Amino acid sequence: MTRGQRLWLLAVGLAGVAVLLVTAYTGLPDFGAASHPYGDRAVHASLARHTANVISSINFDQRGYDTLGEESILFGAVLGTVVLLRQTRDERQVEPAPALVLPAVRRYALYLLPVTLVVGLYVVAHGQLSPGGGFQGGVVTATALHLLYIAVDYHALERIRPMGLYEIGDAAGEGAYLVLGAAGLLGGTSFLANFLPLGTFNTLSSGGTVPLLNAAIGMEVACAVVVLLARFLDQAVEIEGRGEK
Amino acid sequence: MMSVLPYLVAAWIFLVGCYGLATSRNLIHAVGCLAVCQSSTYVLLMAVGYRNGGTAPVFSDIAPGSRPVVDPVVQALTLTDVVVGATVTALLLALVIQVNKRHGTVDPDELSELRG
Repeated sequence: MTRGQRLWLLAVGLAGVAVLLVTAYTGLPDFGAASHPYGDRAVHASLARHTANVISSINFDQRGYDTLGEESILFGAVLGTVVLLRQTRDERQVEPAPALVLPAVRRYALYLLPVTLVVGLYVVAHGQLSPGGGFQGGVVTATALHLLYIAVDYHALERIRPMGLYEIGDAAGEGAYLVLGAAGLLGGTSFLANFLPLGTFNTLSSGGTVPLLNAAIGMEVACAVVVLLARFLDQAVEIEGRGEK
Repeated sequence: MMSVLPYLVAAWIFLVGCYGLATSRNLIHAVGCLAVCQSSTYVLLMAVGYRNGGTAPVFSDIAPGSRPVVDPVVQALTLTDVVVGATVTALLLALVIQVNKRHGTVDPDELSELRG
């Protein structure tokens, strides 16, 4: 098939999908309408279980099983990336040379490193109260470490980033979620049920199992992002094929 | 008309992403187009969950029942969507790196031959 024919086929297909989508959308409730039966019930359930951040309550309590699946996708994708990006036989590792860093960049990146780290951990710890949670806080925490790469060089990043530990952390976060779920079984309820005391509304200890599951996710996401970025950085900085130089 | 506009925006982003995906001459570009397709689902989910005058469904600084809140269920789904999208993008980019190493090209039209 020539390129022109392919474009025509594509145009017909896209037009068909567009008609289907528009027909479906005109049947949806009006944008901004007041009726949200699932939302109202979710808010009610979240307040009944003393979790101020309804989204955390949905993710880690009301549909905790779904979040387990989501976490497993993350874990599987990181595992796949690690396998795909390993050093092959015809490649060699080269020592990356330190690059010149502007003093202003160095100063602000080093100032912001501890700030970003604390903000990330804060977002994870307050997932049941304020907007945020394990996924978002984990990514912020992982980014904090990489400020060192921007401020100093690759060696400095490697020194605070023992890969093995982060790989174990990734697996431990995934495992902790399962163990917390199974703890519900031992406590006499069902898998991933919220079996802990619910605490006082709008305090750090509220929400029963929500803050614990949140912390497990935060640990997994932070470690997974560090591992993921490390593999891509290795490809970019350290590993060279036969032909390159 | 105004009430379907956000949904139409989602459809438009999706179709633009599909067009880019189908006409792409570079696998990295194709992975980017897939991310565009996926971002249309964020717009759709947020549009479905919006409520006029609604605020974020977080009750740490507002009293429950004092203001309408937007639908938290679709927001949780969007969070799932973002996480899955980011990790799948990373996996696909890793695959592109391997394809480039094996075949020396990232043009999908030149990748027709089988190689062991």
